Amino acid sequence: MYPDYLAETLKAVERTRPARLELAMSGQPVYPPMNADERKDVLSKYHPDFAAGAKRPVRVGPNRGEDITTEVADMLEAHSMIEPKLMDIHLREPDYETDLLIIGGGGAGCWASITAMRNGVKSLIATKLRMGDANTMMSEGGMQAAVSKTDSPTRHYLDAIGGGHFENIPELVRVLTEDAPDVVRDLENLGVIWDKMDDGAMQVLHGGGTSRKRMVSCRDLIGATIMRTLMDEVKNHPDMISVREFEPAVELILDENGHCAGAVLYSLDTEQFLTVKAKSTIITTGGFGRLHIRGFATTNHYGATGDGLVIGYRAGAQLKFMDSVQYHPTGAVFPEQIAGFLITEKIRGAGGQPLNKFGELFVFPREPRDIESAAIIRECSADRNNGVDTFVGRTGVWLDSPLIDMIHGDGYTRHQFPGMCRQFDRFGIDIVKQPMLVYPSLHYQNGGIGINERCETNIPGLYVAGEASGGVHGRNRLMGNSVLDYNVFGRRAGQYASEYAKSAKIVGKLNVDHVAAHAAELQRENITTDLVSPLILPSYTPDDVKIQQMARLGNIPARHSMLRSRLASS
Amino acid sequence: MESDKQASQEGGKRQRVQANMVKVFIMGKPHVVPEHATIMRAIEHAGHQIIRGAGCREGFCGACATIYRLPGDFKLYTGLACTTLVKEGMSLTMIPSVPMEKTVYDLEKLKPNVNTILEVYPVTFRCVACGTCTKACPQKLPVMDYIQAAMRGDIAAVADMSFDCVACGLCALRCPAELIQHEVGILCKRLTGRYLRKESKELDDRLAEVRSRKFDAEYAELMEMDTSVLSKLYYGRDIEP
Repeated sequence: MYPDYLAETLKAVERTRPARLELAMSGQPVYPPMNADERKDVLSKYHPDFAAGAKRPVRVGPNRGEDITTEVADMLEAHSMIEPKLMDIHLREPDYETDLLIIGGGGAGCWASITAMRNGVKSLIATKLRMGDANTMMSEGGMQAAVSKTDSPTRHYLDAIGGGHFENIPELVRVLTEDAPDVVRDLENLGVIWDKMDDGAMQVLHGGGTSRKRMVSCRDLIGATIMRTLMDEVKNHPDMISVREFEPAVELILDENGHCAGAVLYSLDTEQFLTVKAKSTIITTGGFGRLHIRGFATTNHYGATGDGLVIGYRAGAQLKFMDSVQYHPTGAVFPEQIAGFLITEKIRGAGGQPLNKFGELFVFPREPRDIESAAIIRECSADRNNGVDTFVGRTGVWLDSPLIDMIHGDGYTRHQFPGMCRQFDRFGIDIVKQPMLVYPSLHYQNGGIGINERCETNIPGLYVAGEASGGVHGRNRLMGNSVLDYNVFGRRAGQYASEYAKSAKIVGKLNVDHVAAHAAELQRENITTDLVSPLILPSYTPDDVKIQQMARLGNIPARHSMLRSRLASS
Repeated sequence: MESDKQASQEGGKRQRVQANMVKVFIMGKPHVVPEHATIMRAIEHAGHQIIRGAGCREGFCGACATIYRLPGDFKLYTGLACTTLVKEGMSLTMIPSVPMEKTVYDLEKLKPNVNTILEVYPVTFRCVACGTCTKACPQKLPVMDYIQAAMRGDIAAVADMSFDCVACGLCALRCPAELIQHEVGILCKRLTGRYLRKESKELDDRLAEVRSRKFDAEYAELMEMDTSVLSKLYYGRDIEP
């Protein structure tokens, strides 16, 4: 139920709805899409990436001197969790040995283990929480794949590269878009239930920045559907794939040639450090939403703390596009309990419209995400002040979902958006009849560790796939291309890393000398910090309680509660 | 700080109001927490760092199965900690893990019929149709109905009714006949996607085109293109209504 103080602005939305519906049914754009100059203007003035202090030059490591998102730079310049000298015995006698180590048990990680298995190679998945506790599980709206007659993979390429402001790495975009139809079929053969038309054709919808209807879907639960299918398949092969849960990686291990030879894991249950020796290693750790960049609420899962970036970077991996952050245009604002939660872009794909407090459209509903987000921030900013404020201290714009049934027919919303309906039904809001209040929410790590189309990094034996990698999306990803990304590159990483593992030789002693070198570099640069990374888990303990926890002797707070800044704002 | 204030405004934050507080019992111990908190937030407000029992935090992953009672009420309630609000006097505990055995099977060797259910999850047929699972489901799914459908071999109906299952396992924990309902749901969904789908001819055609390398020349041209030319092509492209 919306509180009384919102009644007037809700009425405004209803008042303007008939005219907006008529325009939507006419097939004309409901609002003029922005041209190149307008896009540039709204981004530079309102996108959080361009605010003062949003990024700064990093002072250590392979990208030294380059601008990186401030919170990420802080993590890269933090201390390791391990004392290298104390690791010797575990490096001589590793706790686990495997052909292929996969760090992260989300969509990309599960795919990698499956394709490695198809290639006859055994793997070990080490993951921070449970398998499937990943952003993959949470994606709602759909996956882009050029499967309809009017579409083509090269058209998908053009949309993706334009959405990324022409900075994406062309070879990566090509395999992303060209592998997509095969991913659809591969998933279907594993048992994913796609939304289909009566004749069996894939149901497709628009997403932000698409020029053809290209979004394939599983109602509004594509992530959970794919993730549960992949997890189930992984569990069907215990002889080929072993899984270690609650054991995140905290450093990589190299051999004497500087090739990647495994990782150091940290058991969250017993607080032991465990070593894995592996002929090749894939980082599939996902993104960094739980760093709460610039104090934004996030749509991300609990463990999304950018660990793969940190451990890869310390071992010498190059980062790409790590100065840009994706804010999803529509995170929930009301009620407070679900603030920041993802409201799928599929709502706008199906005809939902963002409106200011007067019930007016102020932006084309399907601009690329960075543009749409910047436009919403502009509408709510002091410059326009057209946001709808809630009494608990948030602001947002309306997302007019009742239009969807009016466009597609009664019952469409309830069938196509069961997840969204349930989320709001819990709080007495029927999104078939009333709009949702939304504001941009921290959503995606556009950049990451640089890879090529074989998922190789600049470190031999180290592969990266999914959100942890950088280059596929440039500085802005389109809706539905991350679900596609972890499927395409997860499959590829498993293929190429297992091929490498077949002939790779680990030379000499395993070592973590790069960790000691990182500590020396911090000292040389006069960097003083009490942060320890990877972060592993964010802390939502109130500050006063936290201060009491910090009294523990030694400089490492109990239970990895290390992110002290901006705690209260998430 | 000025920069913090600016960041907070851009993040969509305005002035906060003081929250009313309620008393809850977390694993038997009383704590005072904000009344608008979810169970998960309340546990964190009390100073715990959750390790087992939090995943997506938005109601998709099923990591945070929780049981609780309310004062003066005999009922044992079930819910997801991430989306259930605290209430005055609530006494709660999270379930860190649900013990169960997933059957290992080869999807390629199964058929979408009742024999598969009998073979893979024979315990399903112990169902006494008491409806406890349905009452326990935090997603409000008709769990008992889909188990009944499974016993009839109506695989597609199981898939449809269990589509939104988060696999929290509360149904299985409450079941007096010791079924593992959510695993039956996943099995039937996979069988449906694999065997009961309508084939897409469009998809077959597109796959054939990709395999015959039909798009090589177009890709080569696009990948070589100067940004200014590419930009012109992009902004000038037609958009399907």
